[in-house]
Amino acid sequence: MATVEITNIEKYYGGYHALNDINVDIADGEFVVLVGPSGCGKSTLLQMIAGLETITGGELRIGGDVVNYLPPKQRDIAMVFQNYALYPHMTVGQNMGFSLRIRRDPADEIKAKVERAAKILNLDQLLDRFPRELSGGQRQRVAMGRAIVREPQVFLFDEPLSNLDAKLRLSMRTEIKELHQRLKTTTIYVTHDQDEAMTMADRIVVMNTGVVSQIGAPLDLYDRPANTFVAGFIGSPAMNFMDGTIQGGKFQAANGSSWALPSDAKVTEGQRCTFGVRPEFVEAGGDVAAKVIVTEPTGSETQIVADMGGEHFTCLFNERIAAQPGDTLKIGADPEKCHVFDIETGLRL
Amino acid sequence: MKLARANRLTPYVFMAPAAVIMVIALLYPLGYMVYGSFRAWDPSQNISETEFVGLKNYITLWFDPSFRESLGVTLKFAISVVAVEMVLGVGLALLLDRNIRGMSILRTLFILPMMIAPVVVGLMWRYMYHPTVGTFNRFLKSIGLDGVDWLGQHALLSVIIADIWQWTPFIFILTLAALQSLPQSALEAAKIDGAGGWQQIWHIKLPLMMPVLIVTCLLRLIDAFKVLEVILVMTEGGPGLSTEILALRISRTATEFRELGVAAAMSNYLLMLLLLLTVAMFAFNKIQTARAARLRAAVQEED
Ligand SMILES: Nc1ncnc2c1ncn2[C@@H]1O[C@H](COP(=O)(O)OP(=O)(O)O)[C@@H](O)[C@H]1O
Ligand SMILES: [Mg+2]
Repeated sequence: MATVEITNIEKYYGGYHALNDINVDIADGEFVVLVGPSGCGKSTLLQMIAGLETITGGELRIGGDVVNYLPPKQRDIAMVFQNYALYPHMTVGQNMGFSLRIRRDPADEIKAKVERAAKILNLDQLLDRFPRELSGGQRQRVAMGRAIVREPQVFLFDEPLSNLDAKLRLSMRTEIKELHQRLKTTTIYVTHDQDEAMTMADRIVVMNTGVVSQIGAPLDLYDRPANTFVAGFIGSPAMNFMDGTIQGGKFQAANGSSWALPSDAKVTEGQRCTFGVRPEFVEAGGDVAAKVIVTEPTGSETQIVADMGGEHFTCLFNERIAAQPGDTLKIGADPEKCHVFDIETGLRL
Repeated sequence: MKLARANRLTPYVFMAPAAVIMVIALLYPLGYMVYGSFRAWDPSQNISETEFVGLKNYITLWFDPSFRESLGVTLKFAISVVAVEMVLGVGLALLLDRNIRGMSILRTLFILPMMIAPVVVGLMWRYMYHPTVGTFNRFLKSIGLDGVDWLGQHALLSVIIADIWQWTPFIFILTLAALQSLPQSALEAAKIDGAGGWQQIWHIKLPLMMPVLIVTCLLRLIDAFKVLEVILVMTEGGPGLSTEILALRISRTATEFRELGVAAAMSNYLLMLLLLLTVAMFAFNKIQTARAARLRAAVQEED
């Protein structure tokens, strides 16, 4: 187990600046999730940590040692790939034991370790199968097995669940969490799915086009997003944003609605800003009028997309609301659960 | 009704010209050769005037020491060139499978020998092997060594070297193509698993390329059994019978010894040998496809 310190990391692909001044310190045993939209540089960062991609600038330390120029085999990391990357010509057992065979561990020791990992992952019946004979979920577990038999310093996961169907994804999520609680190995997990990030992470690193947008515990990101990007990315359904100005100590939106400000917002009268309201914190019975466009009941909740001065506004109620398209709802929100951002920079005010 | 039948026949109508050409260009001469191999046949005779001798040509050949020697030379030649070419071609491909500047030019240079006409290759090497004015001996003498009697004492070795020069590129390009279509992620996984360069080659690259390598090897073997022009130009089979490969002996039997029937029988022996290799190749392919299909079926059953 080890710490991972990412300091001022830069990556250029030719002239393309893929990563810009990345700084993340990961504690021993921590489960950190890198999350961000597709193409923001998550995989690139992970591959640089793994040693599969060269580091253009900055310093990478694993367990305190600078590893910028070490090949993957000397970094003592294990990686699980999105497409599993199993060796097609080896059985499940051989796949899992490959790293140990490469480092010439005794055969009986390899066998014991592979069997132990197989038991943890429920693969003990499949050790003699070839990857082609496995289902997607089983292959994913073999890829994880290959990582855990090594007992590495750090686990790296690159979107390991993206190729699985929704149900399997949920159960594998739990399995990976459980595995981490059991092994306590430092883990860096990449995903584009904010839900996965929220549920699995000790700490989340939100990335956006090659820069780190915010780092924090899942609930901190949810409660106090540092900017509109994080506010819009974390949380589902996404936060409602409105542009407007501060007038008479309230936020006056361009769409005509008016909202009370959170007490800690540092704003001045007349300042132009962006106001954010999470759909789940919208309450029925306020003084903002919204015209229902669609109602989506799920049984336990009701999601309503409404029209507010020509803009869509999403509400999520924890109860059943019998609203018809065309009806007008009166809504409001607890001001302490709303967010104010600078309209130019998008930074939290 | 009528239309439906016409539709069903359409593909055969399109195939017919090709089929006719096949029959004329391939089956007719083949049949002619098989027919001729059972006859005592002098080139001055029309085949209808020849005498039927049954398996005599085949039996004579079987006990003919010159034929056996020639068969031995062919086997020696084919096996050694293919073995060396496989090792060199695969080795070069592994070495040059990387993205550095100028690599594409280098790769193109490597495949040039394959594009030169065999007769030209033969002439070129014959000149280079010349005992006094040849490139090799002049070089050896210039650094103070004795010249080597390339096409005399070491004739078989010399033609083997020339063939290796010409055909290693064939294996090189096929292997390179196979290498570049390997699943990159499996190689990345191997790096992460701690495999060094050699270990990646030995445990991942070679096993994954094996189907391509086997087919390449068989193709090359089939071709090596039929080689003629280069050796004809370089040594004409000599000295003695030392480089007289089967193709050459067949042509000499037909033209010099004027025994068309025996030549035909000899061709059939060679044909059988090649057929065996071809069948082996097809069988290998079949087994591969069947195994893949079985594995797919096994997976589908579970899903
Ligand atoms: N080998 C490469 N050469 C050039 N550009 C690349 C390369 N790999 C990735 N990129 C670019 O870098 C950016 C980040 O890619 P990546 O790290 O794969 O994103 P993601 O966050 O989806 O994993 C993308 O814009 C991608 O096009
Ligand atoms: Mg990616």
